[in-house]
Amino acid sequence: MKRFEALDDLKGATRDAVVDLLYRLGDDDLIMGHRDSEWTGLAPILEGDIAFSSMAQDKMGHSQAYYQMLHALGEPDPDKLAFGRKARQFRCAALACLPNDRDWALCIIRQFLYDSAGMVRLTALCDSTLTPLGQLARKLRGEKKYHLLHGRSWILRIGHSTREAGEKLQAALDRSYPFALGLFEPTEADEPLVQAGIAPREDELRKQWESAVAPVLIDAGLRVPETAVAVTGGRSGRHPEALAELLKNMQMVYSLDPTAKW
Amino acid sequence: MRDGESMAITSRLDHEARLTVVREAIAGVTDPEIPVLSVVDMGIISDVRIEGDHIIVDVTPTFVGCPALDVIRQDIRRAALETGETDVTVRFVYDPPWTSDRITEEGRRKLLKFGLAPPGQRCGEHQTPDLNQTPCPYCGSTETDLESLFGPTLCRSIHYCRTCLQSFEHFKAV
Repeated sequence: MKRFEALDDLKGATRDAVVDLLYRLGDDDLIMGHRDSEWTGLAPILEGDIAFSSMAQDKMGHSQAYYQMLHALGEPDPDKLAFGRKARQFRCAALACLPNDRDWALCIIRQFLYDSAGMVRLTALCDSTLTPLGQLARKLRGEKKYHLLHGRSWILRIGHSTREAGEKLQAALDRSYPFALGLFEPTEADEPLVQAGIAPREDELRKQWESAVAPVLIDAGLRVPETAVAVTGGRSGRHPEALAELLKNMQMVYSLDPTAKW
Repeated sequence: MRDGESMAITSRLDHEARLTVVREAIAGVTDPEIPVLSVVDMGIISDVRIEGDHIIVDVTPTFVGCPALDVIRQDIRRAALETGETDVTVRFVYDPPWTSDRITEEGRRKLLKFGLAPPGQRCGEHQTPDLNQTPCPYCGSTETDLESLFGPTLCRSIHYCRTCLQSFEHFKAV
């Protein structure tokens, strides 16, 4: 299959599809990263606080790397993309938008589901025919493994502790699972990306993700919500109200003076 | 020897000499978060080359979201400019991707002396290292436990040594 050694080699529908993919990847990490950062200073224990703060920093760094690729493809610069867009212009999945509500069980389950999806996706992107994306994916995967270890060890620890803890974890799983399925919402970009060998089909990634998360959930004594229906819309800019609230907070300083030099 | 040939040789020598001077200057740049380690010890300099009057330095970042990256970029650029070069570009590249295996032997010794356990070899990219039993940088014991996967900077985890009863930090294998 033809390789795309540089972003400039992308043309027409393939190029548009890559732009769409990069928005989804960057926006998921930015918004999830912001949610992680909301635990800074508030987590139940210091190690949890440091972990979520570090994962936030990683994810924001990852989103910046995707935004830099977008910028190289003619989109606005990374700061403008993060701080200068309105909710409907974002392409993140609703899972990232869910408020933390200081619910540790929810955030741990979500972190595990989200980062497992990230790992599946990055692993697939390592074989992308788009060379710069494959190189970035290989790099990000090494960092992602620590997020995965974090989520997995917490789930097993909570799952194997008291009955009340297990019930809270199950409730958090039941609530977040349909949103996690929304990470794999198919888009019109799927077909051109698959045809060009740049990324696999979302359905295919979803299957891989389901087989990756189920053994850990079962090991933690949880029931996998097999009949859950995906919450979609995020990939076309339809988001829960919570995203607009998050953005208001995150973009507050930037919007005071978007032309300010830092 | 014809003039043209002699000029070509002079220019080639000049080229090599410039590169050596710039490389040496860059080797003096240290990591702002681990000041005992130079950017060369870290293995993040992937290429230094001259294109006409232009010096290009390719840097392969440790952690993509590392907040020290901008400082490192400025420091490398400044070091190269101080050798008398006028046109220097520092670029971040992901090929080859940085893994902790790129930290040099010298770098590993310096980390240990700094009290930071060096990363295990060949557990980069996505293989999962065994983080329990990380050797203690103070007493060398492997009777140690992982306390926290995340530490004061993105690249560190926190451990506890059951032999010398001290907490220590470890440079994560990525």
